[in-house]
Amino acid sequence: MRAVRFSVVTAAATVAALTAVTGCAEKSDGKGEGAVQVIAKDDSCELSKTKLPAGHVELAVQNKGSKVTEVYVLFPDDRIVAERENIGPGTKATITAEIKAGSYEIACKPGMKGHGIRQKLEVSGGTAAKRSPEMDKAVAAYRTYVQDQADETLPKAKLFTDAVAAGDIEAAKKVYADSRLGWERTEPVAESFGDIDPKVDVREDGLEDGQKWTGWHRLEKALWQDKKLGAEEKALAPTLYKDLLDWQKRVGTAEITPTSMANGAKELLDEVATGKVTGEEERYSHTDLIDFKGNVEGAEKSYELLKPIASKNDAALAATLDKRFAELNKLLDKYRKDKTSYEFTSYEKVGKADRKELSDAVNALAEPLSRLAAAVTK
Amino acid sequence: MSEKTQNTAAADGNTEGADAGVPDSGAPSSQGPGRAPSRRALLGWGGAGLALGAVAAGSAVAAVRSDDTRVPAADSGAAVPFHGAHQAGIATAVQDRLHFAAFDVTTKDRAELVALLKEWTRAAERMTAGHAVGDGAYGGLPEAPPDDTGEALGLKPSRLTLTIGFGPSLFAKGRFGLADRRPDALVDLPKFPGDNLDAARSGGDLCVQACADDPQVAVHAIRNLARIGMGRTAIRWSQLGFGKTSSTTPDAQTPRNMMGFKDGTRNIAGTDTAALDEHVWVGGKDRAGWMTGGSYLVARRIRMHIETWDRAPLQEQEDVFGRDKGEGAPVGKAKERDEPFLKAMLPTAHVRLAHPDTNDGATILRRGYSFTDGTDGLGRLDAGLFFLAYQRDTRKAFVPLQRRLAAHDALNAYIQHVGSAHFAVPPGVRDKDDWWGRALFT
Repeated sequence: MRAVRFSVVTAAATVAALTAVTGCAEKSDGKGEGAVQVIAKDDSCELSKTKLPAGHVELAVQNKGSKVTEVYVLFPDDRIVAERENIGPGTKATITAEIKAGSYEIACKPGMKGHGIRQKLEVSGGTAAKRSPEMDKAVAAYRTYVQDQADETLPKAKLFTDAVAAGDIEAAKKVYADSRLGWERTEPVAESFGDIDPKVDVREDGLEDGQKWTGWHRLEKALWQDKKLGAEEKALAPTLYKDLLDWQKRVGTAEITPTSMANGAKELLDEVATGKVTGEEERYSHTDLIDFKGNVEGAEKSYELLKPIASKNDAALAATLDKRFAELNKLLDKYRKDKTSYEFTSYEKVGKADRKELSDAVNALAEPLSRLAAAVTK
Repeated sequence: MSEKTQNTAAADGNTEGADAGVPDSGAPSSQGPGRAPSRRALLGWGGAGLALGAVAAGSAVAAVRSDDTRVPAADSGAAVPFHGAHQAGIATAVQDRLHFAAFDVTTKDRAELVALLKEWTRAAERMTAGHAVGDGAYGGLPEAPPDDTGEALGLKPSRLTLTIGFGPSLFAKGRFGLADRRPDALVDLPKFPGDNLDAARSGGDLCVQACADDPQVAVHAIRNLARIGMGRTAIRWSQLGFGKTSSTTPDAQTPRNMMGFKDGTRNIAGTDTAALDEHVWVGGKDRAGWMTGGSYLVARRIRMHIETWDRAPLQEQEDVFGRDKGEGAPVGKAKERDEPFLKAMLPTAHVRLAHPDTNDGATILRRGYSFTDGTDGLGRLDAGLFFLAYQRDTRKAFVPLQRRLAAHDALNAYIQHVGSAHFAVPPGVRDKDDWWGRALFT
């Protein structure tokens, strides 16, 4: 956990004033002239028109399917322009947004999950912001990754928080590290929502005066150090789940750019360098190496998506990064049973010399990784 | 060679000062078994020293008098030329501050190591000239970290020298194909009695000695080299030093070590080409191939038991060294630079044991620094001497010298060697196309 870094990944709310487009979902009858009719079914998402003039846009949604659905208007990089959730079967809803010229996508998500059924929407007139399709592609893919990580985390978090709430220490310990993996993989984005991180991932020494200690590490201490789950801990479990639900809902709105992806990758390694390699992050459970792996995987995902751009601009850097990622992953493999397992050696059993070796390998990767942002903006 | 014209110390010197030793090595005792010589004994030897002082002038060791060789110290802001037949930072007039770093080479790829040495050389050229590394510390892409870390911006070159060395482990079989190029003189140092070496403060595949008159300049240099090296090397240990403990500029006051004694009165002068050739630079007839023009560096972290030393009586302190505390004169003599008469000193006196006359002429060039790394967990000052000695052949210089000191030196009751490393220091970088270690790798 750490303070929000606005320089890197910024929550959409923070930059709303700066973006070209603002969106909002509001209740209206959806009968405005020029409204786009959206018929959402379980296996389709039909639009009455796919070309619109820039300006005020209204979507009139009808859910003709059997599942609760949600509808999104998305930027080319998958950031949310506007959205409406909880549209029950047989009900209607309206979404409005101010949209500048450019290419967008409408996504209907029957069952309110997944990538959704996508339709293109072209908006013309005025001045369209010039965008690089390959950058949009990288950002969109990363946004999907971030959302997927959050989506996959919630059921795991549920297992964990349910076990804590039920007072089942052994069951809770078993799924603790796994419940954090998705968060660790996407930490810079997750931290960009400044209010969520202090609730779910703060460590005791990171608390401000008067701040109540909640979240994973509070429960980690109860499970491993206090070895008991009292009423307070049991009550904190559903709070953690609720806070993570909030993260899952908002993660798609994060402002992500190619440079924030690149620097976010570097920051994931920073997380390792300052928290994991020292054993501070998981001081009671000693599951630091799982977080470590998660951080590296998240960084590698960013890098992979940016690599087509980076290798064009700086082939030598890309070659170095390929090598260093491989070396670090190989080193980490020494600490797990096989390459698919997320059961890593307890960090208290990793000796001083081995920790130094891990630290050196992190520096070896993080230093060239810090030059990735320059390589994608050249 | 201009950087070497500043050294003007007398030429008979050796490791006086707390340069070496072993604790509790069975020296005669004043305060109990295994401690320093008895007061009575000390006084006796002191008396002998006074009595014999008159005949000391005939000492066989030729001294280059400071008056004859005095050269003004360079402006402390000046730049020391990086290129030359020998690396700067050895015979160069000793600067005020040190940042010494030992590195492990983490890459297994010889080409990567060579590329690193080239990059380091180019960065060293820039930094010793007072320039920032690469594209500098500002003005670049806002999204990327700058090439240079920036803390030396606006500071003068401060006579920064950067000196590289190669440790024995670099030559290990199966590493970089250097096994048959390991110089014979680059021995694995023997275990000396009393050593309490911490592996985390010992050894290293590479070392870089950064000396400068401004500590920030020295720290900046190592920090940037470490950063450039990441992925290929990693710092194994490093040491900051202040208060040079070896005078090479007798026109200035001889500095004192952490025990309060003038240290480095006698040392090889940077101007004394003959002595340097004889004792410091590896010569052509040594048949050392790529090491010709280089030298061998021994680095020892010598912890001083400051608190017990400070409780030692003045007479004992003076007799442990074989010099007086105020003037720094050898036993029985009046002036610091008076020729020592060794037999006037206790057989366990540090100066006597370290003197070339006691060691078949073995002579080293010292550039050690004091260090204080705060306090240890027991509230004791973590301080001492970071001993640095250059020599033509370690087997003939440091090893026998330290053997003698470790066995007999009265100073051992107050010091302990806790870190140790040995490096082959290659010859100088000739020009802009040359690089550190080229002769070894090509």
